[in-house]
Parts: sequence; C-alpha cells; structure tokens
Amino acid sequence: ADAAQLEDQPASRDEVTKYDDATGYNNYYEFGTDKEDPKANAGSLRTRPWSVAVEGMVKRPATWAFDDLLKGLAPQERVYRHRCVEAWSMVIPWLGVPLADVLRKLEPLPSAKYVEFTTLFDPKQMPGQRSGVLPWPYVEALRMDEAMHPLTLLVTGMYGKTLPNQNGAPLRLVIPWKYGFKGAKSIVKIRLTDKQPSTTWNVAAPDEYGFYANVNPEVDHPRWSQAKERRVGEFGRRATLPFNGYAAQVASLYAGMDLRRNF
Amino acid sequence: MWLLGALPALWLAWQLWRAWNGEPHTLGREPVKGLEHATGDWTIRFLAATLAVTPLRQLTGWNWLARYRRILGLLAFGYACTHLTTYAVLDLELDLGEVAHEIVKRPYLVVGFTAWLLLLPLAVTSTTGWIRRLGGKRWDRLHAAVYAVVALGLVHFWWSQKKDKSDPLAWALVFAVLFAWRAWRAVVRRRDRGR
Repeated sequence: ADAAQLEDQPASRDEVTKYDDATGYNNYYEFGTDKEDPKANAGSLRTRPWSVAVEGMVKRPATWAFDDLLKGLAPQERVYRHRCVEAWSMVIPWLGVPLADVLRKLEPLPSAKYVEFTTLFDPKQMPGQRSGVLPWPYVEALRMDEAMHPLTLLVTGMYGKTLPNQNGAPLRLVIPWKYGFKGAKSIVKIRLTDKQPSTTWNVAAPDEYGFYANVNPEVDHPRWSQAKERRVGEFGRRATLPFNGYAAQVASLYAGMDLRRNF
Repeated sequence: MWLLGALPALWLAWQLWRAWNGEPHTLGREPVKGLEHATGDWTIRFLAATLAVTPLRQLTGWNWLARYRRILGLLAFGYACTHLTTYAVLDLELDLGEVAHEIVKRPYLVVGFTAWLLLLPLAVTSTTGWIRRLGGKRWDRLHAAVYAVVALGLVHFWWSQKKDKSDPLAWALVFAVLFAWRAWRAVVRRRDRGR
C-alpha cells in the first residue's frame, strides 16, 4: 500500500502540537512518574552505541547494531494523532520506517503470531527504574498483523530531528490507532513468539489496560470516560474517534472481535 | 487569615486567566488537570492545618491558635468547592448529565463527592450561632464527621493516582500522626480519670 495514502494527514483543525509540548510532557516512567520528569532526567541515557537483540521465531536470531537493523530503510515523515489512555492527545510528525519493513528483514517463521518489544533495563541510566512503580523492564507486544500494518512505525525521529531521549530514543514504536502506552520506547529486544506475551501495564492493572488498547470512545477506563480527549495546547475537549480516527485503515484487523472484552 | 488563605486561590485564578489567554503560566501543559490537582492539594493542606490546631495547642499551650480553627476549616471547604467546580465546569464543561453520571459511576468520585457532601453541614454549622443552637456536645459529635471526611478524601486521592501512590501515602501518614495524637490523649485522659 502507498504510505502517503495511509498517512492520513490531519485535517485542518488538527494542528501539529508544539515541539516544546511534545518533548516536555511525557509518560516515560523509566525517568520518573511526573510528566515533566522524562525531559529533566533522560539526559543520562546513552543512545549510542545501541543494539537490538532479535530472538524467538525468526530465521536467524541475532543481535543487530542499530545502524545495521535500519540499513537500506529511509525514514519517512508521518503526521499521526497520538492519544494517551489518560485522555489527552497530541499531533506529532514522526520520522521512522514501517515496522513491517524491518520485520521482513528479520525473516519471521510462519509460526510467529506475536511480536514482543522490550525497553532497556538499566537503573543507572534510567533512574525511574530504581522505584518499583512498574515491573521492569517495560514490555509491549503486538499481534503479527498489527505489527505488519503499514501504519505501524518504528520511530527514530520527530519534527525532522533525531528522537529526543524523553520520547524514546533511539528507537521506539508508534501505533497511531492504539493508546500511547503500547508504543514501547528505547527498544533493546524484539522477540517473535506464537503465544500472546504478557505486557507491562496489562500485568500491572489488567482491568484498566488491555492487551489491545485500541483507542475506543465507547469503552471507558474504570476511572474516566474515553469518549472525549483534551488536545495539549487547547482548553476545550474534542470527541475521541474510534481507532483514533484510523478506523478505515485498521478496523478490519478486528472484524468479529468483541472490542469490549478485548479492550 | 482569610486573606492569607485566599492567596493561593487568587494566584491560581490569575494563572488560569493567563493559561486561558495563552500566556506563560504555572498550571502545566494540561492547565485544567493542573488546576484540579492544585485545588485538591490545597483542600488537603487546609484539612491538615485544621486538624493540627488542637494538637499544636496542647503541645505548646498557645491557646490563641483556637481562634483560627474555624477559618482553616472553612478554607478547606472553600478549596474543596473550587476543586469540584473545576472538575464540573472546566473539565467536564458543565455537562451536568455527564458530571452526575461520572460522580455516581467512578468509585474515586463517589468517595470524593461524599467527602464534600459531609463537609457541607460542617461549614453551615461553623458559626457561633449554630454552636449555641446545637449545644457544645452535639456540635462536637457532628463535627467529628471531619475524620470521615479526611478518610474519604484520602481514599479519593489514593484511587485517583495511576500507579505512584507516594503523595497520598505521605498525606495518610500526616493524618495518621494527627489522629494518633488524639487517640493517645483520649487514652491518657481516661486513665487519669480512672485514678
């Protein structure tokens, strides 16, 4: 499919979020639980050299140097809506490559049904990991068809620049139709498996954060409604769209599934 | 005292005005959330200050402190009102159906709203006239409801936090000390009476 066509450029009322907001208001518990913490604390993260271990159901499990993993894949700019499970949202111009292109390079076995992503665990570089607020390391996962979807992006930059540490440098996942927490940051391991992996927030609070975490205005978080959202930089709320406005592209992935149960 | 207690509210109102006009302010990237948190924090601070008056008086013998207990309590009620108003007016944009629906549906809002409801009669009966009308003993018994308000407020705070419970935990410890002091005094008083 044509990436530009799938990009779903935001409508005129979807203004790109200010760089300062997108890089100064982050949920990245590895650097602290306040939204200003990641910007303040992420300076201690060293993003070079970086390598990614590829494990599980692939032809040749191996550890890839960052540059080798992305060699031959030119970063594309994609402007995506970003919807946090906490009911705030942003519009961010990401720079990245389709995850599908990277996965093809890794040659998954036909038995692989899920892809699991693990964030760096190093309390020296990530001071938030010294607290037990979440079980470390952070793990997220996608079903294979979700991972292969052309909208799913392995991100290395934003706003035309290298990805700032507080946004998940050097390598993070962006799945625009899912709540932000699905987007694993500072990825050090990609594992292919035939069983649904346990994911961090789903383990920490299973009634609040599901495995799928598709943006859905009709399924409340136990503590708040997901029907509306507040764009960072705006005062009023706006309606939240099913699949964050990407239903035309992704709803078919979930045909026949009960999205209330599989939230 | 009134003026001093109202200063945070004036400051917050000014910051809100600046945020509304797109000027630099201190309420954070989500000013409505920032204001909710700030008004909630001031409610709990003034509740703690109210409940600290008696232990401080007993410890230091500064009986003039007693004069400020009513004002501190009313300030706590005032901040609880701005907290609720911020939620209803700015967060839910005065969609009263949604406000009612949310307050009934979310456990942390049920307890928070109950705490506010309990504060209401305490604020009304805080005048000298009402103390006289009720009589000291009955007034005391009614105003013991403040302990329930604190407990509900702490549960509201605890449940509203996503994962990091350190702030509600710290406040729970503060109130535990204030409650323990009273419990200990009661035990001592009973023992002395028994002698």
